[in-house]
Amino acid sequence: MEVPAALRYSSDHEWAAMDGAEIRVGITDYAQDALGDVVYVQLPEPGRKVEAGEVIGEVESTKSVSEIYAPVSGTIRSVNTELSDAPEELNQDPYGRGWICVIEPASSGDWDGLLDATAYQALTAG
Amino acid sequence: MNRGSEPTLLELSVPGRQAWSLQRNELPDRPIESCIPPEHLADHRPRLPEVSERDLVGHFTRLSHRQYSVDLGSYPLGSCTMKYNPKFADEVAALRGLADVHPAAPEQAIQGWLALVCDLEKALCSLVGMAGATFQPAAGAAGELTGLLMVRAFHAAGEARSRGGAAGGGAAGRGGGSGHASSGRTKVIIPDSAHGTNPASVTLAGYEAVTVPSDTRGCVDLAALREAIAGDVAAVMLTNPNTLGLFEEDIAEIARLAHNRGALLYYDGANLNAILGMVRPGDMGFDVVHLNLHKTFATPHGGGGPGSGPVLVSERLLDFLPGPRPALMGDGERYGWMVPERSIGRMHSWHGNALVVARALAYVLYNGSAGLRKVSNLAVLNANWIRKRLESSYQVPFDRPCMHEVVISAEKLKSDRGLSALDVAKRLLEEGFHAPTIYFPLIVREALMIEPTETESLQTLQALAEALERIASGTVERDAKPAPRTTPVGRVDEARAARRLEITG
Repeated sequence: MEVPAALRYSSDHEWAAMDGAEIRVGITDYAQDALGDVVYVQLPEPGRKVEAGEVIGEVESTKSVSEIYAPVSGTIRSVNTELSDAPEELNQDPYGRGWICVIEPASSGDWDGLLDATAYQALTAG
Repeated sequence: MNRGSEPTLLELSVPGRQAWSLQRNELPDRPIESCIPPEHLADHRPRLPEVSERDLVGHFTRLSHRQYSVDLGSYPLGSCTMKYNPKFADEVAALRGLADVHPAAPEQAIQGWLALVCDLEKALCSLVGMAGATFQPAAGAAGELTGLLMVRAFHAAGEARSRGGAAGGGAAGRGGGSGHASSGRTKVIIPDSAHGTNPASVTLAGYEAVTVPSDTRGCVDLAALREAIAGDVAAVMLTNPNTLGLFEEDIAEIARLAHNRGALLYYDGANLNAILGMVRPGDMGFDVVHLNLHKTFATPHGGGGPGSGPVLVSERLLDFLPGPRPALMGDGERYGWMVPERSIGRMHSWHGNALVVARALAYVLYNGSAGLRKVSNLAVLNANWIRKRLESSYQVPFDRPCMHEVVISAEKLKSDRGLSALDVAKRLLEEGFHAPTIYFPLIVREALMIEPTETESLQTLQALAEALERIASGTVERDAKPAPRTTPVGRVDEARAARRLEITG
């Protein structure tokens, strides 16, 4: 299972990548594997203000429906509309083409509170 | 005819071929244009298959031979989907006096039917410890909505009373949202192991679903429930045993917590097959109960129906039941229709799916109370036999006696050998069994939920367990082609079917 060292993680299995002043968000390899084949992704509205831990979307697989939580507070700047036609990207490339949205963080505090790769690996190992 | 490629009826169609013939038409032909205004006439004929009766019967018979059914063999989906339905109930439902009655027939012509519904109401009330019932809801989810609308009407009436106003029917109406807005109760608590219909019904009834987690025993986490339950909670919705097949041992305390806060306790009856004649939801403290007659009480319901989801309520909710409902009239001799004083209104255009009700009464009377108790005893025994037998080849996440169903996990099989719960289910088809429910409840990874039901013999259980053990031990031959390889239809691409919806012909 892939856990890129450069990323931060939430205990709800989202990843976050610092991209200049913005944070790119997706779900982890562990999450996509647990969900199974993703068939539909409900994306948040660009421009929406969100709190860390708030539900910003849904991922539906052949097994179940899971919610996507905002790893940091801020404003949704863009979303990956490609996922509407190609939800399988979430399975095939969860850290790349399967990204979900970009959030402009309200502060730097939430980022610091996220898990690093080692801590996330420990979380999913248990 | 190749078993793998049955043509569609349109492919079998030959112009002019038909499955009927009128020997002689004694009426003169009239052109269609003289009967229907031209603007309502289609400009081309509908594309309908034209086949002979022989071809039609052959087509459907061949399709039926490619099916697996509950009448053909073991079906570990269990009562939660559909258990084996004894045939005497079909004979009862086919009686002309029951089957050939129009729902609009005047009450003096359907006294027997009305008595039948009242008899079943009495029997079910005594079985679950409730005071009255409605048979209108068409199935379980419709029952959930009905029950929750009664919960809402109850709270609205209580609020009206405490404000000193008359608790009249007006405040209890559905629609408009005035019901819970005035009572200040906006939430319904459900466990994270709940059936998916529970949060959906809660939302449809205008409430917010609040989820409480399960604890390490697989039951409602009491500490989390204590924290979640407040004055804004309208009801706690549970099934007992829960979807893990485990009995909620703290149910009395859960009921106390709910009632202390003025909330009602709702019983989802999908798992009633575990407790018939053993313990009554009413005695556990539940206020509203929906049952699935088509699951527990002998009705085949493949292909979407019909079902019957009666809702039974305690004394204090009687007044809110949907109406009109059948009742013995004041003279004690005649049955008629009555509408409860503060009824939430109709939940069905007629009186519910009546022949399902007839089957259920036949099943109850045939078994009697001792027989129903035995149904549950055997259902629980069979599930526990499977649990003990499979604990070495699969994981049993909650290792304690279960009720009518057991949830096992293929997690180790997946990490060791790449065999997921889906693969196990598909291989079971090759072994001649229907697959059990997989990936539910959601809180168990690689879940396989096995509910053998009361009707399966020890020999059938042994054969099922041996098949599951063969799959787990890897002695089933593996090749590149995914299971099932011996069925008329092989592995279907479920993800592609859901991603690329094609819902037109």
